Amino acid sequence: MKRFMAFVKKEFLHIFRDYRTLIILFGIPAAQILIFGYAVRTDLKNASIAVLDNAHDDVSNDLTLKLEASDFFTISNHLSSYDEIDATFKQGKIKAVVIFPEKMASALTREGSATVGIIADGSEPNTASLVTGYTTGILNDYSSALTQQLTASLPVINPEVRMYFNPNLESHFMFVPGVITLILILISALMTSVAIVREKEFGTMEVLLVSPLRPWQIIIGKVAPYFFLSLVNVIVILLMAWYVFGLPVRGSIALLIAECMLYILLGLSIGILVSASVDKMENAIFISFMALMLPSLLLSGFIFPIENMPKIYDYVSMVLPPRWFVEIIRAIMIKGAGFAYIWKETLILLIMTLFFIGLSAGKFKIRLGEGGK
Amino acid sequence: MTAVEALNITHRYGRVTAIDDISFNVNEGELFGFIGPDGAGKTTLFRIAATLFIPAGGRMTLFGLNTVSRYRELRNHIGYMPGRFSLYQNLTVEENLNFYATIFGTTIKENYHLIEPIYKRIEPFRKRQAGRLSGGMKQKLALSCALIHKPRILILDEPTTGVDAVSRTEFWEMLARLKSEGITIIVSTPYMDEAPRCDRIALIQNGKLLDIDTPGNIRQSCSHRIFAVRHQKKYELLLALKSVPGVLSREPFGDAMHVSLHPDTTLEQLVRELEAKGLAGVTATEIVPGIEDIFLELMKREA
Repeated sequence: MKRFMAFVKKEFLHIFRDYRTLIILFGIPAAQILIFGYAVRTDLKNASIAVLDNAHDDVSNDLTLKLEASDFFTISNHLSSYDEIDATFKQGKIKAVVIFPEKMASALTREGSATVGIIADGSEPNTASLVTGYTTGILNDYSSALTQQLTASLPVINPEVRMYFNPNLESHFMFVPGVITLILILISALMTSVAIVREKEFGTMEVLLVSPLRPWQIIIGKVAPYFFLSLVNVIVILLMAWYVFGLPVRGSIALLIAECMLYILLGLSIGILVSASVDKMENAIFISFMALMLPSLLLSGFIFPIENMPKIYDYVSMVLPPRWFVEIIRAIMIKGAGFAYIWKETLILLIMTLFFIGLSAGKFKIRLGEGGK
Repeated sequence: MTAVEALNITHRYGRVTAIDDISFNVNEGELFGFIGPDGAGKTTLFRIAATLFIPAGGRMTLFGLNTVSRYRELRNHIGYMPGRFSLYQNLTVEENLNFYATIFGTTIKENYHLIEPIYKRIEPFRKRQAGRLSGGMKQKLALSCALIHKPRILILDEPTTGVDAVSRTEFWEMLARLKSEGITIIVSTPYMDEAPRCDRIALIQNGKLLDIDTPGNIRQSCSHRIFAVRHQKKYELLLALKSVPGVLSREPFGDAMHVSLHPDTTLEQLVRELEAKGLAGVTATEIVPGIEDIFLELMKREA
């Protein structure tokens, strides 16, 4: 036990003295949360738009106010003629122009309809479709309210849409589980494989092997600190998600932590397997990145829904741990689901963990090598 | 008693034979040196002795314990210093030593007397990270780390490579002191001039042992007289020596050529021949053959 603790202590000293390790451990999670939280947005917040009001009547004023009042838009320009539209777009500050026609209010009352023009900046297709979607939503709200006022007697079907679990369709709900999934695989697999391979590369593994330490003691001593730090990271990410974005954990926190521990264990066993297979740190980094990070990012369903992919990717993603973990963590955090709903995914992760531990236990050597026979 | 017994050890990397049927014994308390150039097979042999390699053929025992089947017991008794000083670069001197002491289940205090003469030299820098030590200090720290659990045998793979001349001399003095404590030491080096420091040496080349004996006996085993021949025009001298009858070998050594002569050829004949070839003022003196001369001769004989 004393030997083991000495080992763990040594490992912590390595971690805290190497600023690169520290950056990966604590800088990247924080950066990812902030980047995904603020920069990569799939919802709209305070997009600049311009209004060209040719009507200047009650209706156009009402609508302008409603646009401004929503959190989605900020009206940065009030244009006075069509000629200004092109120039304003070229300045690149606004995402769309909303054009109210002349005599809009009277057209509405007399003809029962009016047309509002929306010109969106098509050079950013995602933002453009979001902007038009939200603008249309506001216009629809207004016109249905108007319809009900004017023609209360006519039967109208009003769809009432509600986004279950995520009423405002906020993207934090997507990315926080995704970031946790990514960070855990990064720290547990990448960092441990590099830490073990470093001992090989610097020749210290030779001395450790000649010591009375058993191989499993060496391995557990190396990975224990990363297990602990990964857990700290989960908690930091959850706290950041809560304080910065107001994202709660709806399900059981204990269950969430337990599932995270399982996933960390899985990552560590992959890391050990990688470290047993390579002798150079570059190779460990390369394998961890190519084999773990990229698939986690692309095929876990965290950014791109798996349902929309060709079937073959669906099958490929099934062997990737992140796919199952993203489902688990989403279920617990956002849906508030209990263990009964995620036992299948948990079982899959458990089987994967045992598989990798078994595989790496067989690969880890008590020696440097054997004379070719 | 025999500390190390190696019998017909063979080791291969793929198709390359690194160790070719080597047998030797090291007595307990002996300072035993393996001398040979880079790539001779020293590191491979030492890794087999340190239980890190399973040899392809033959067997080796340390204190009667087989390095393959009894490796776990053996690992308590081995102090191993690999070719590159295996220190944790970002741990301090003290932390490195403490770590190695703890994993071997001991403390610095317990065996301090053993490492004191060595460790005292680097103790003023005990708060410095190992990566920032000089070569000589790294070497002393690595030796301290290998010694801290009071091993019965020290296996030191090229401990003096990349270390300055003063530290090298000091290092051999430390080994002599450890030997007097009863520790068996096997050490390898590419430097022939370090050979006389060992009780016995084995000359190793291309995975084969050329000879095993005390440094003195090995020197006397030279079958020819060796002469140091000097002239300013070294290249012309080398060419001329090639065509002088009776010259068995010529090897450049620093500013001189070491020449071995056939017993029928005299020094005077040699000088005359060389002067006749236009090398006026050539000097030649008989010298006591060094280990390097022997090594080169044995190498030739082997080929």
